[in-house]
Amino acid sequence: MKKLLWFLVALIAAGAVAGIALQRGESINALWIVVAAVCIYALGYRFYSAWITARVLSVDATRATPALRLNDGRDFVPTHRWIVFGHHFAAIAGPGPLIGPTLAAQFGYLPGTLWILVGAVFGGCVQDMTILFLSTRRNGRSLGQMARDELGPVGGYAAILATLMIMIILIAVLGLVVVNAMKNSPWATSTVFATIPIAVLIGLYLRNIRPGRVLEGSLIGITLLLLAVAGGGFVSEHPVLSAMFNMGGKSLAWFVIIYGFVAAVLPVWLLLAPRDYLSTFLKLGTVVLLAFAVVLMHPQLKMPALTQFIDGTGPVFGGALFPFVFITIACGAISGFHALVSSGTTPKLIQQESDVRLIGYGSMMLESGVAIMAMIAATLLDPGVYFAINSGPGVVGATLDAAVTTISGWGFPVTAAQMQSLAQQMGETSLLARTGGAPSLAVGMANIFATAFGQGLLAIWYHFAIMFEAVFILTTLDAGTRVGRFMLQDFLGHVWKPMGQTSWYPSVLISSALVVAGWGYFLYIGVVDPNGGINILWPLFGITNQLLAGIALCVATGILIKQGKLRYSWVTAVPLAWLAIVTTTATWEKVVSPDVRVGFLAGADKLAANLAAGTLSPELAAVAPQLIFNQRLDAALAMLLTAMLWVVIADTARVTWRVVKGKPVLPSSEAVAVPGNASTAEVHG
Amino acid sequence: MKNQALRERLDSLWSFVRQLATDDAYERYLVHHRSLHPKEPPLDRRAFYEREQQHKWSGVKRCC
Repeated sequence: MKKLLWFLVALIAAGAVAGIALQRGESINALWIVVAAVCIYALGYRFYSAWITARVLSVDATRATPALRLNDGRDFVPTHRWIVFGHHFAAIAGPGPLIGPTLAAQFGYLPGTLWILVGAVFGGCVQDMTILFLSTRRNGRSLGQMARDELGPVGGYAAILATLMIMIILIAVLGLVVVNAMKNSPWATSTVFATIPIAVLIGLYLRNIRPGRVLEGSLIGITLLLLAVAGGGFVSEHPVLSAMFNMGGKSLAWFVIIYGFVAAVLPVWLLLAPRDYLSTFLKLGTVVLLAFAVVLMHPQLKMPALTQFIDGTGPVFGGALFPFVFITIACGAISGFHALVSSGTTPKLIQQESDVRLIGYGSMMLESGVAIMAMIAATLLDPGVYFAINSGPGVVGATLDAAVTTISGWGFPVTAAQMQSLAQQMGETSLLARTGGAPSLAVGMANIFATAFGQGLLAIWYHFAIMFEAVFILTTLDAGTRVGRFMLQDFLGHVWKPMGQTSWYPSVLISSALVVAGWGYFLYIGVVDPNGGINILWPLFGITNQLLAGIALCVATGILIKQGKLRYSWVTAVPLAWLAIVTTTATWEKVVSPDVRVGFLAGADKLAANLAAGTLSPELAAVAPQLIFNQRLDAALAMLLTAMLWVVIADTARVTWRVVKGKPVLPSSEAVAVPGNASTAEVHG
Repeated sequence: MKNQALRERLDSLWSFVRQLATDDAYERYLVHHRSLHPKEPPLDRRAFYEREQQHKWSGVKRCC
């Protein structure tokens, strides 16, 4: 009977995927994608994850986890699996899976959707679960420590360097997304500004007035945030206030940079912690609401399955379908960043080894589901509108008339009147060239919400979506800067001892300033870049994230082989090989492509030639030297990252070769097995 | 009888939500502290909250 049921699920999955893939000519309903996703996740979880835990990892439910053995009531606490699931999901869920699919929608809905589903089931979920399990077996060691213990110092240093790099690039690109969403929008800017005093107020409430009452504090905070969204509408109507909050990209970039520095040196309880509580509740609420609305409304997708931009000429970012769809959608399919959370905190809470399936594989499935939702929200827009919002002025033209003519010429009809009335409905003066994905996602979400829950509130829904994205982007920015600071302090401490003291104020100020300067530089250049900056920064972020995933998969593959499981090592080695191919091809193209929108060096050379010939506008000529230098720096950076991945792969191959030849390798760092299970110990929850 | 079962369900749901939100962290700390260090006075609510936040945000806690 059960077999029959699963056979049916498989049949529905196959039918839905075939329906999505073979649909041509007319629009397709979003429900097809939802059904395909749910069935594929169910099959992946029921069969593939069960097989991996049983055969490949040899998960042993009777073996005591570190939480049981080392229970200290603080770090190591055996916790009910659904509670750990919630905490782990909250930790891995960020703005990434909302942005990547939105950008990748320029290829059509099909490539991104398939990669999100296949990448998650065979790549991301497997990585997250395997690293979680391996770290649990090693008393919750971090990815960097495991790389050093199991492969050697090369892997260890690569993991640490990659982590620092990803913080810098990630924060820069996220900062750019927020800046583009707030640019010349008094409503969005005033609402996002208002989130700061609201977070501080809740911080004071949670520390001084009602210490630790998280639910109360968050409820008050979210009410205030909703009022701030409505208040932003008032600001945008008010002549004096709206002029005050009507800020250009450069001023906003400075605002984000100064904010990032201040947030990194303030005590965590004042800004970071309360903001995080608010953003977590907001994200959970919005995702549930969005899923509910998508199923309820099951809109038609207006974007074709494939667009002509798979050839690499796309206006949102330059580069062909292969390899760039796999770089653009990192989070949602496979994200190396998750390996940092899966090693370290979460393993210390697991009360039974078999819980890694739900927590590791399951959380990533849900995260992938969020990416699917973002893909639906992007592709239900009129393609013409989607391209008008997401294309930089350097590609489609700086004026509304020029942009709609270019975009309509591609076969995606859109009119100036249509864009103006849409902007007006959303309470904005213009939605043209709001690159970065957040505004177009907000328009998509506003459309879904407004159809489901009331048409009159489009502008409110739009700014709610912008606020919701900004709040957790700023949380990531805040938390990432702090982690970068700790890593830098640790490193500088080796050079000069006092710098290593994490609470010594001069060290805090200097290291925070260095980290902020690192991402602030990329953010600022991104803002002045006429191609929109996202075109450069997002692929760089994707490459870094996939590099980190590559290192995590190397560690996992190396450990499997050392345990004598060579014949099962394809489980992590195949995703690793795929990522190596994708990142290497992408880096190659980003460096040597003659297309100025793809190749960093070609872009730099063309700008240098134009500068020398004097054909640039005065504003562009003023920043051209910086842009030229930056593109060359980006090329060097991309090569460095990919070289690091290959060094770690070579190191893993060395370990594999020694194992196969029977030569000695580093001993396993696995903790000694002690029998025990949750029923014999005190369990929280 | 039925009401009681419903009440128990709601109570356990509420305690699940509180734990998920770390709303009950201090009560858990007190229980743990009393059983392991019965002679030392526990931290007060505010000191405990500050200590936990400081501790929580010194590692990678949020992704992209």
